[in-house]
Amino acid sequence: MINIPSTIKISFRSLRVNKMRSGLTMLGIVIGVGAVITMIAVGTGASQRIEEQISSMGSNLLMILPGATTAGGVRMGMGTQPTLSMGDAEAIQKECASVSYVAPNLGGVTQVIYGSQNWSTGITGTTPDMLYVRDWTLSQGRPFAEEDVRNASKVCMPGQTVVDNLFGNENPIGQIIRIKNVPFTVIGVLDKKGQSPTGQDQDDTIFIPVTAAQKKIFGTAFPGMVRIIMVKAKSMEDLYTAEKEITELLRQRHRIGDRQDNDFTVRNLTQAMQASEQSGKIMTLLLGAIASVSLLVGGIGIMNIMLVSVTERTREIGIRMAVGARTWDIRLQFIIESLILSLIGGAFGIIAGIAGSKMLSMLAGWPTIVSPLSISLAFGFSGVVGIFFGFYPAYKASLLDPIDALRYE
Amino acid sequence: MAIIEIREISKVYRLGEIAVNALNAVTLSIERGEFAAIMGPSGSGKSTFMNILGCLDKPTSGGYLLEGADVSGLKRDDLAAIRNKKIGFVFQGFNLLPRTSAIENVELPMLYNGVSIKERRGRAEAALGKVGLSGRGNHHPSQLSGGQQQRVAIARSLVNDAPIILADEPTGNLDTKTSAEVMELFVKLNTESNITVILVTHEHDIAAYSRRIIKFLDGNIVSDEPKTKT
Ligand SMILES: Nc1ncnc2c1ncn2[C@@H]1O[C@H](COP(=O)(O)OP(=O)(O)OP(=O)(O)O)[C@@H](O)[C@H]1O
Ligand SMILES: [Mg+2]
Repeated sequence: MINIPSTIKISFRSLRVNKMRSGLTMLGIVIGVGAVITMIAVGTGASQRIEEQISSMGSNLLMILPGATTAGGVRMGMGTQPTLSMGDAEAIQKECASVSYVAPNLGGVTQVIYGSQNWSTGITGTTPDMLYVRDWTLSQGRPFAEEDVRNASKVCMPGQTVVDNLFGNENPIGQIIRIKNVPFTVIGVLDKKGQSPTGQDQDDTIFIPVTAAQKKIFGTAFPGMVRIIMVKAKSMEDLYTAEKEITELLRQRHRIGDRQDNDFTVRNLTQAMQASEQSGKIMTLLLGAIASVSLLVGGIGIMNIMLVSVTERTREIGIRMAVGARTWDIRLQFIIESLILSLIGGAFGIIAGIAGSKMLSMLAGWPTIVSPLSISLAFGFSGVVGIFFGFYPAYKASLLDPIDALRYE
Repeated sequence: MAIIEIREISKVYRLGEIAVNALNAVTLSIERGEFAAIMGPSGSGKSTFMNILGCLDKPTSGGYLLEGADVSGLKRDDLAAIRNKKIGFVFQGFNLLPRTSAIENVELPMLYNGVSIKERRGRAEAALGKVGLSGRGNHHPSQLSGGQQQRVAIARSLVNDAPIILADEPTGNLDTKTSAEVMELFVKLNTESNITVILVTHEHDIAAYSRRIIKFLDGNIVSDEPKTKT
C-alpha cells in the first residue's frame, strides 16, 4: 500500500531544492554511463571491423605455402623454395573430398601502365576458381574462363584501387593495360573488398590467368610452378579434415619419407581469424568493465549525497514518521530519490556516450558502434547502481527513532 | 469504555550508570470526547507521557489500551499505522515540512494510508476550511504567521479523522491573542466533532480552556481534577 506516484513527486521536489548538488551527483553517473557506452562502442566497432575483414578474406580458407615448419613452429624460408605446382593444385581439387575449391597463385609486385598513367601493384596469377575461394564477385564485365588459363590469354581483372588510379572515371572494360610491357585486355573489374585483417588493401591487385603470369610476366624455376595454393573447404567442420587430407596428399606427391619434414606448410586462415575475432570481443568486455568502474564511483557519489541528505532531513523524517510513515515508506522515498538521480544521470549519460563515440570516430578515426544493447545495459546498470547505493542511506533513515528525529535541530 | 486506558506505566532512561525515572507507574484513563490539560514543572515527564500516549515511544513497563486494544506490545510499523489513523499530533514548533505548500502538508498523513490523489486534495481542503484557512493552501510555511502555521498543523491532525489530538505545548511559540484563537479552535473541534483533546501547557490561561487538569511532578500524577470554575 505504498504510494509510488506521490513518493516520486516528493523525490523530485527534494532534488530540485538542491539543484547544484543533485546536478553534480548526477554528473558522476553521466560520466560513468557515458564512458561505458563509449568504450563498448569502441570495442564493438573494432570487433566489427575485424569481422568484416575476416569475412572479406573468404570463409573456410586454407593456405598452402612452400617451405617447412620446424619442430619449434618457426617456418624456414617459407615461400622461397619453389615446391608447389599446378599439378599439386589440380590433385588437391581431385583427391580431397572435403575441399570445394582450389586456386593457385603466382604473382609479384610490378608496374602497370595505361596511357600516361602508371601504377605499381600486386599481380595475382590464378584460375577462375579464385573468385569462389575468396568469395569475390565482379562489379563489371566477366571473369576469365578455364579456356583463358589453358591459352595463357592476356586478359585481366583489376581491383577497384587499380581502376581508380589508372582509369579515373573512364570505363576500363575493353581497354588495354601494359603489365611489364605486356598488353592485357581488361575484361572485368573486381568488387571492392577493403582492407585485409593484416591491413593490406585487397583491391590493389590485378587477377590474370596463372599461365600468363608464368609464361609472360614472371617466369618460373620449373614449369607449372606456383607460389601459393588457396583452398576452400566445404564447411567449417571440414577444415581440419581438409588440412589432413592435403598434407597427406602433398607428402605423397612430393615423395617425403616418414622421418622427413614437410616441404610445405598448410595454414588455417579461418582459425587464425577466429582467434583475433575472439580477442576483439574480449577487448570490448575489458573496455566495458574498466568504464564500469567510473559508474561505480558515480554510485558512491550518490550514496555520499544521500547520506548527507538523510542527516539534513532528519526532522522531515521524524515528521513523516509521526504522521504514520512506515519503515518502507521512508526507505522507498530515499531509494526512489537515489534511483531518480541515477536514472536521469543515466539518460544524460546515454547522450554523452553517443556524442563521445561520434567524437572519437570523427577525431581519432576509430570505428565505433553504439549498440542498443550497450545502451540498455548501461542504463539498466545505472538503475542498479542507484538502488544499490541508495539502499544504505534509506535503511539508515528508516531506523531513526521518531522522537529523536523530531527533536533534531 | 475509556478511549485511553493507561496502567502503571513507567519510563526509565538509562544514561550510562544513571537511570532517570521519567515516569513512575502512572495510571490514568481518559474518556472519549474529553478535553484534558497536562501541567507540571519542567522535567516532570509530561512530554514523555504524551509521546507514549501518541505511540511515538514505548513505555519501559506497564499497559496501554487504546480504544480497548492493547498497543503496548506492538511493532514499529503497527505503531506507525496507529499514529496515522487514531492520533493527530500538534507540536510546539509546528513541525511542518518546509518548502512544501500548506495543502501538501495537510495531505501528508494520507500519503501513508492509500487515500487516492483526488480524495486527498478534497479532504485536505476541507480540513483547511475547518481551521479557517481556506484559500491559503498554496502558501508555504515560511509565508504564514505562527498562528496560521499552527492551524495548518491542526488541519493535518484532523485530516485522517483521528479520534484523538495530542498537543504538546501548542501555544508555546504563540502570542496571547493567537494562542486564544488556537485554543478556541481546539474547543470547537472538541465540542463539535467530539474529538478527544489532550494538551500540555505551562499556562493556567491555556489550561482554562480544558475541562480536566492533570498535574505531573517528578514522573507522578499529583493531582487530577475537573477544572474548578473560577
Ligand atoms: N531521551 C532522553 N534521554 C534521557 N533522558 C530523558 C530523555 N527524554 C527525557 N528525559 C528525561 O526525562 C525527564 C522528563 O522529561 P520530559 O521531556 O518528559 O519533561 P517535560 O515535563 O516535558 O518538561 P518540559 O516542560 O520542560 O517540556 C527529564 O528529567 C528528562 O531529562
Ligand atoms: Mg516537554
